[in-house]
Amino acid sequence: MSELSGLYALWYREVKVFLRERSRIISSIVNPIIWLVAFGGGLGSTISFGGADYQTFIFPGVLMLTVLFTSIFFGLYIVWDKRMDFFKEVMVAPLSRLTLFTGKMMGGCTDSLLQGSFLIIIGLFFNIKYTLYSLVLVIIFLLFLSAATTSLGLAIGAQLSSFEGFGLIQSFVIMPLFFLSGALYPLENLPEWLLIVTRVNPLTYIVDGMRGALLGLNHFPLWMDLGAALAFMVAMILAGTLSFMRMH
Amino acid sequence: MMIIETFGITKVFKTLVAVDHIDLSVEEGEIFGLLGPNGAGKTTLLSMLATILKPTEGTAKVNGYDVIHQPAKVRKSIGMVFQAPSSDELLTGWENLYLHAMMYGVPSHVRRSRIDEVLELVDLKDRAKYLVKTYSGGMRRRLELARGLLHKPKILFLDEPTLGLDPQTRSHIWDYIKRLSKEEGVTVLITTHYMEEADALCDRVAIIDHGKIRALDSPANLKMKVGKSMIKAKVKNPNVEVIRSLPYVSKVEAKDGNVTIILSEVGAHIQEVLCNLGEASFVELREPTLNDVFLQLTGRGIREESAEGWEEKLIQVRTNE
Repeated sequence: MSELSGLYALWYREVKVFLRERSRIISSIVNPIIWLVAFGGGLGSTISFGGADYQTFIFPGVLMLTVLFTSIFFGLYIVWDKRMDFFKEVMVAPLSRLTLFTGKMMGGCTDSLLQGSFLIIIGLFFNIKYTLYSLVLVIIFLLFLSAATTSLGLAIGAQLSSFEGFGLIQSFVIMPLFFLSGALYPLENLPEWLLIVTRVNPLTYIVDGMRGALLGLNHFPLWMDLGAALAFMVAMILAGTLSFMRMH
Repeated sequence: MMIIETFGITKVFKTLVAVDHIDLSVEEGEIFGLLGPNGAGKTTLLSMLATILKPTEGTAKVNGYDVIHQPAKVRKSIGMVFQAPSSDELLTGWENLYLHAMMYGVPSHVRRSRIDEVLELVDLKDRAKYLVKTYSGGMRRRLELARGLLHKPKILFLDEPTLGLDPQTRSHIWDYIKRLSKEEGVTVLITTHYMEEADALCDRVAIIDHGKIRALDSPANLKMKVGKSMIKAKVKNPNVEVIRSLPYVSKVEAKDGNVTIILSEVGAHIQEVLCNLGEASFVELREPTLNDVFLQLTGRGIREESAEGWEEKLIQVRTNE
């Protein structure tokens, strides 16, 4: 019982802090708009894919980008928490590490899903047509994505003791995950190496699934996209839990 | 009943033996002080008892639970106030307490009233709705004290609770800790390098240096055993020889009517000394302090050092591991 209320407390803290930091919310709305207007609009003036204009084509990718960045940085932020003594108080609380991890993870998911929903609304101004079916599918994909990437961030962050590794994580984890996912280009006619890499990247399936739901332009069958996203989430949650157990 | 017992508890950081085979028992309901300079091992000992650090060797029982094998039960039994500020700056004082209450399983129907109670005790009621980042150091400390008590723990660990506070706030917090131990029967384990604090607050004090207990007793007994008192008096014709023959007097000096007498237990013997000394026009007493005790045991005084020392050491240790 106290584990449950502890879980709620950890979640409540993250959401409270998130809603209090207006600057973060504003930048989370502005960044994707810049992507859509500048990148999508700029490149879209010369190219289009599968009958959809480029701006619309990358919308699922930008949605993924927003949630990916928010989630993974939220997770990595635990490095900061660990240095602040606030977290010491949480660490002495009579809560299991599993609860600690789950509370943090759910807090991070809520934050990035809120940002995702702002962007879904913004999508209306970029000619994205939603149906109940597509909306539900997109939200499921975003949920899997945010749970997986928050867990990934937490798993890495729990093992770090300073911010020194952040640049490396940006270069070797976040950027490759994003750019090698088909968020900005279609998966057809890729050179051999990129073809392989995109198929190994779990985010490929998430973008593909959302693109299929929103624009009807999917490369893989829906069950494959959903399965890959689900497997990614389960694996990352396991990794995060293990990492929290070993954290000290 | 012994509420805290340690059995040869030891912590080694690489080559530094921070806590060296300490055996200690704390009785239920007492205020027990760990007094020593920074780096003596007080905080390390406290952290092991709070299950934040694992002992290298030995173990301890807190509220009957083993710190190595039953950490969750130990944590439920204790409240902890850390040396460095540990409240969440991005939340209000009230929210900090509310989260703590939930994490420690305070039943929902008493949460609010309990929060009001502890806020009242530390005089923070009117600031409860403000973000902690707007608080002064003393206010944060009070909030953290309140938080440590929120779940009515059996034992309260206070790590340098008045570090960096002004004298008025400090004595206010002492009163509060005393009242709490009396009214609620909470056992208090406190680390400090302020000897006045140990003296004013503690029923018993363990003097720690280099990870070992050098002496353990009530402050009065410690001072009585080790420290010598001094009487300075102005006497026209002092009976120096009579005073010198008293068994508890160790030294007498007389010069131009100024007499200095070094003796033990001045309180018990002053009457006899003054009666035998002759007619005095002026008398001054100096009681031994815990610093004298420490001085005698270790050959140096308790240094006053910055608050950050310990925290930096811990971070260092963490990165080294």
